[in-house]
Amino acid sequence: MRFMRWIPLGDSAVLIPVKDAPAAGELARRIEDAHPDGFLECVPAFDSVAICFDPLRVTAVALIAGLAAGGIRNAPRKSSSGANREIEIPVCYDPAFGPDLADVASTSGLDAERVIQLHVTGRYFVGAIGFMPGFPYLSGLDARLHTPRRATPRTQIPAGAVGIGGAQTGIYPLASPGGWNLIGRTPISLFQPDNENEPTLLRPGDRVRFRAITPHEFHEWK
Amino acid sequence: MEVTIRQPGVLSTIQDLGRPGRRQLGITPGGAMDALSLRLANVLVGNPESSAAVEMTLRGASLHFDHDALAAICGGEFTVSLDGVGHSTQRPFRIGRDSTLSVGAARRGCRAYLAVAGGFEIGSILGGRGTDLRAGIGGVQGRALLADDILHARNIDVPPIPSGWFLADDWLPDLSGRVMLRSLRGEHMDEFDKSIFDHAFQVSAQSDRMGLRLRGEPFQRTRGAELLSTAVMTGTVQVPPDGHPIILAADCQTIGGYPRIAHIVTADLPTLGQLRPGDTVRFVEVDLETARAALAEQALNLRKLRIGLAGRLPWVRTDACSAWT
Repeated sequence: MRFMRWIPLGDSAVLIPVKDAPAAGELARRIEDAHPDGFLECVPAFDSVAICFDPLRVTAVALIAGLAAGGIRNAPRKSSSGANREIEIPVCYDPAFGPDLADVASTSGLDAERVIQLHVTGRYFVGAIGFMPGFPYLSGLDARLHTPRRATPRTQIPAGAVGIGGAQTGIYPLASPGGWNLIGRTPISLFQPDNENEPTLLRPGDRVRFRAITPHEFHEWK
Repeated sequence: MEVTIRQPGVLSTIQDLGRPGRRQLGITPGGAMDALSLRLANVLVGNPESSAAVEMTLRGASLHFDHDALAAICGGEFTVSLDGVGHSTQRPFRIGRDSTLSVGAARRGCRAYLAVAGGFEIGSILGGRGTDLRAGIGGVQGRALLADDILHARNIDVPPIPSGWFLADDWLPDLSGRVMLRSLRGEHMDEFDKSIFDHAFQVSAQSDRMGLRLRGEPFQRTRGAELLSTAVMTGTVQVPPDGHPIILAADCQTIGGYPRIAHIVTADLPTLGQLRPGDTVRFVEVDLETARAALAEQALNLRKLRIGLAGRLPWVRTDACSAWT
């Protein structure tokens, strides 16, 4: 029987290396479905899945062996990406909402209109959620828009701010400090803690696209 | 019963055993920094171990009780007075109606937990009652306690409480301020210029519920590629580019991209919650089996304590145990 390659992540989790974020999402779903004894939760990311477990109920070795016995390995099967949700997020790219739009434009050598167009036409994939509740790390950003994080992070970024950090784009669900370049802002909420079943708008594996809205539409958004 | 905060102290929050199962949505498990002491305080007043309690940090709160209460303060050793009369901790005690409990400075350790019989009535959100300060959820309005906040608890008739005893240090996390943290190797340990097990570190003042920053001779990563972020756990020891390790604590981010040099064993996380700036930390390497055995021993000890106490304190529950991770 072939076991997954695994790395201990302390005494209550193991890390499974995988090829990419879609493979991580797929593996996490299969482990969640299998729900072996002592299993607590999976955390898929860009090239890994962490499996958290109760060390008083199962050892790491037994957990991995049990998954292998159930046919779960880190070699990806056929992708089931067709089942992924696609979510459209309205964004106001007015300079008042995207204070770093000009910087991204000058780094890329494009004008601001073109930056917005490239961002809106992109098709994105939620590689991981982290940093704060519901913060999506989105892959699929046009290479021309890759922009290093700001040398000095802002102390306060408003909820809904859409930013570019290196090769990724993302959205701040809550007001927070942060170093990404802000190019716009969405009026919709990415973190709704009162919604017990769907507290975050996005989940790992979701597909995302953006739609440009006007400042008026932003303010009128219900 | 109403418990009114007169003075909130440095940082007092409602905490429980955390908010599990939502890491993949970026929601940190959180919960008490010293979960063992929270459990002990709850055990002493007959609550389920996971009941919400007040976590106080370095200097505690003053609280007014409008009704008789059975309470316990466990964890760090804080100066405590009840209506001006000094009081010892690590045991259950009676608070008479219209009394003020003042929790002062920590003499040893960093955090103390105040539990009352019946538990504070705090709504559950996303599977926990504890305060997640960064997400702004849980506890009282998702924030630290402030003066004039009112906590509610069920009125009870306080039974007679045997006096003249308290929990010995053996039951508590290490409060000495010079601690050995049992640790497992991290994936990137061999990529650094030295071993984390050979050195002592000081806890930096820039430490909080998200993480403890350590000061010492900086580590240099001599090989290894740029990393993509992966899941990280409470107790993961990361080394950012400045070379000074960070031990991730209860409110840590769910994923992180710094190299992982070590992981503190779960059984020693309560000790982490009692460290304060300036304390000395050493890491001791153990294997997975030792880590598991240490946790099993801690769980068994607490079970023995409950059974032992139940003879003297009839309200102590011998049944309800809460999961350990």
